Amino acid sequence: MKGLQTIMGLLTAIVCIVVLRVEAQSPKGKYGNVALTNATIETVTKGTIQNGTVLIVDGKITAVGSNVSIPTGTDVIDCKGQFIYPGMIDAGTNLGLSEISSVARTTDFNEIGEVIPQMKALTAVNPNASAIPVTRVSGVTTALSIPTGGMLSGTAALINLHGYTPDQMFAGFEGIVLNFPNTGRRGFFDRRTDEEIKKASDKALASLNDVWEKATQYQKLDSATKGKAGYYPELQALIPVMRGEQTLLVEVNASKDIQAALKWLKEKKVKKSILTGVAEGWRVADEIAKSGIPVITGGVLELPTRDYDRYDKAYANPGLLKKAGVKVAIKSESNNNNYRNLPYHAGFAVAYGMNKEDALKAITIIPAELFGVANKLGSIEVGKSATLFICNGDPFETKTQVSHVFIEGWSMPMVSRQTELYNEFLKREPGLKK
Amino acid sequence: MKKLFVLLFSSFILLGAMAQVDRGNLLIKNGTVITITKGNLEQTDVLIKDGKIAQIGKNITAPAGIKIVDASGHFVMPGIIDAHTHIALDGINEGTNPITPEVNESDVINPFQIGIYRALGGGITTVHAMHGSANAIGGQCETIKLRYGTFDPEVLKMDGAPRTIKFALGENPTRSHGEGSGIVPRTRMGVEFVIRQAFTEAKEYSEKWNQYNKSKLVKGFRGAPPSYSYRHEVLSDILNDKIIVHCHSYRADEIYMMLKVCKDFGIKRIVFQHVNEGFKVAPELAAQGAMASVFSDWWAYKFEVYYSTAYNAAILAKNGVVTSINSDDGEMMRHLYHEAGKTQKYGGLSDEEALALITINPAKQLGIDNRVGSLEIGKEADIAIFKNHPLSIYGVPMFTIVDGVIRFDREKDPDDMRLMVDPKQAIETATFRDKLSDQDHCMEGAEFILDSELFNANKK
Repeated sequence: MKGLQTIMGLLTAIVCIVVLRVEAQSPKGKYGNVALTNATIETVTKGTIQNGTVLIVDGKITAVGSNVSIPTGTDVIDCKGQFIYPGMIDAGTNLGLSEISSVARTTDFNEIGEVIPQMKALTAVNPNASAIPVTRVSGVTTALSIPTGGMLSGTAALINLHGYTPDQMFAGFEGIVLNFPNTGRRGFFDRRTDEEIKKASDKALASLNDVWEKATQYQKLDSATKGKAGYYPELQALIPVMRGEQTLLVEVNASKDIQAALKWLKEKKVKKSILTGVAEGWRVADEIAKSGIPVITGGVLELPTRDYDRYDKAYANPGLLKKAGVKVAIKSESNNNNYRNLPYHAGFAVAYGMNKEDALKAITIIPAELFGVANKLGSIEVGKSATLFICNGDPFETKTQVSHVFIEGWSMPMVSRQTELYNEFLKREPGLKK
Repeated sequence: MKKLFVLLFSSFILLGAMAQVDRGNLLIKNGTVITITKGNLEQTDVLIKDGKIAQIGKNITAPAGIKIVDASGHFVMPGIIDAHTHIALDGINEGTNPITPEVNESDVINPFQIGIYRALGGGITTVHAMHGSANAIGGQCETIKLRYGTFDPEVLKMDGAPRTIKFALGENPTRSHGEGSGIVPRTRMGVEFVIRQAFTEAKEYSEKWNQYNKSKLVKGFRGAPPSYSYRHEVLSDILNDKIIVHCHSYRADEIYMMLKVCKDFGIKRIVFQHVNEGFKVAPELAAQGAMASVFSDWWAYKFEVYYSTAYNAAILAKNGVVTSINSDDGEMMRHLYHEAGKTQKYGGLSDEEALALITINPAKQLGIDNRVGSLEIGKEADIAIFKNHPLSIYGVPMFTIVDGVIRFDREKDPDDMRLMVDPKQAIETATFRDKLSDQDHCMEGAEFILDSELFNANKK
């Protein structure tokens, strides 16, 4: 009898395992050599190729052109009537760091502390965040995942949106985030007086200067002692920036603050820096251009920052910056898990004045250059990583459908929880009556 | 003579009391007219007389002296309607009690807000200016037309539009009252209870009054009237189908609960707002004639919108639910046409179906579809003129017309369109939206009772 029970128990367990395995079976990425044929190829850096082929071998683009011979045994995807673009890069997200933005226990982008550059976003990137597939099926293949809050919030990391560990996802760039002292208001609930705002920002600048002075001294000490200057993790983390080996990402939005930041970066002789946000960049575009410091601006779909500004200034900002001679990348808004809308931010910039080619570059090759990964990402070129997508039209157009996404040669399953819910509920069963 | 004077004087007073709404005459020439209800008409003119559409056709002869807008190569569509906004209001949440139908947004309309003009810049002509979502039964809302330029709040009101009221289910009322003040509701059970309790009390209230009104007709009746309660008057009006309920909701379970409450109390007209999980109970919504006003793709900013899908609008529409796309946000409302376009990506809606989501469908939800929401003769001349198709990312509103009056002209309007300059306002101060704040503005004005982690997160 006992034996029977054991057998029954075992059988139940086996059935359960089988059922669970079936239940848990989500489609996986597929790796292999693929030829994408008959496509219109938007290389971004080398013009448009009609009726062309992109050959993917071992995760890399090995041939691009209208006359590509396809090795035997290569899978072929006929892209007739379709377009191939390099994967889009969103340089302003917290992908992997936030599951539900208002539920603190599901977010990992805001550590305690004002000066914590040693906090590394890559550590906390959850490869299984639900927003990752939601984002990548729209052709956004790569994202800068950014810690926020405090003054030096941590180290941002560029990730490809496929992989099972942070290291598998890492796309080759990390940068230190500085929230430059801000004289703007933070929204309808920020009811500080102008004096309070000024005081807070002056205090922040003094404290930033203090940190920088300490970091400068520490860096000298570190050189002199050959790395034995003692354990000061926040100062240690700043050394690569001091030595011009790492990029400082300076989040700054109000025009006055942008001017102050430019002055500060010059004074402190920061070699590698990028301004991010830059909502009021158009007001001081010439000064930014003169500094030679590149910009990652966005979200573009924003309100003007002042009541008296023209209604479309936020939409026009990227175009105005570009026109003044600034190197411009475009990002979507941070912290809302709608990074899939990146092409629409670029599209609005075009609708309100930016050149279409420049807007496409602003979400592909330019962020790749800014992050020092243009040898791998940002365009369709031989030797680069096969990180690209196939779609049926202009990727900025709202109705355009993305049919395939490749990330480092891996063909992505074109599903996310949002498509799964669609398939389940479009014709719900049972319907009204059970 | 004296009589004449009295007549003149009283009509003067009457005129003063009635809002002076500008209604224009206009001829829009040669555009692609998207009527919404009757197809597209190429190279067609629209003639507007006294604020109403008088004629739609080819080569309409311009009446003498009429202003002409050349829409050659442009798209002429009905003014966009946003069924969920909080613009032009000086107060949004009376967050002191879970039941506050006695308050009314019509008392706090602010015609000076620059947000009204910015909305015009997105082709919007009519909005539902709503109470917030802190309370299970919130305040009454106001349907307003964007007649920007007036200093008179009365002029913004869409005279004769049906009364509406805000309800709210789920996290906002439970965190405002249960978590914030330690009173029911703290759960979705409590939300159902306070709503049913309010309606039951309202029924008792009107029965008492009915009884009294009947009794007092009997000769020799002696007795005092029941005490008057405006709160219960409004609730009774909901039960008597005099007010359309607009119910903030997210999860399928709470939507289903509210459908049952409506059935039990005989409430016929309800529009679910946000309704992110509406797609899960689309057959039930359709069967009861309930409508849905949704976001195009917002999700994951709080737990109750975690299991959302951008295909929500398409699923609802394909299941026969009258669906609209709303903004609940001063920025998003400037490109509802783009938000509607997302239903083509997420669910493959046709141009006509997608544009209905921001025109005739929200008009139905506000009970004003006999007046606006499509381009038809006799309807009010609320019109948006686009360069490029409105569902294209390159679509740009060029003119926005309300009652035949051009309220937005992209080429001619100056940059600074403020009606009033606050002398105390610092010129150099810019405002940036907080990247950590909740996305829906439904809780504006109720921050003091909020779980404050969110609002304090970035306030170091």
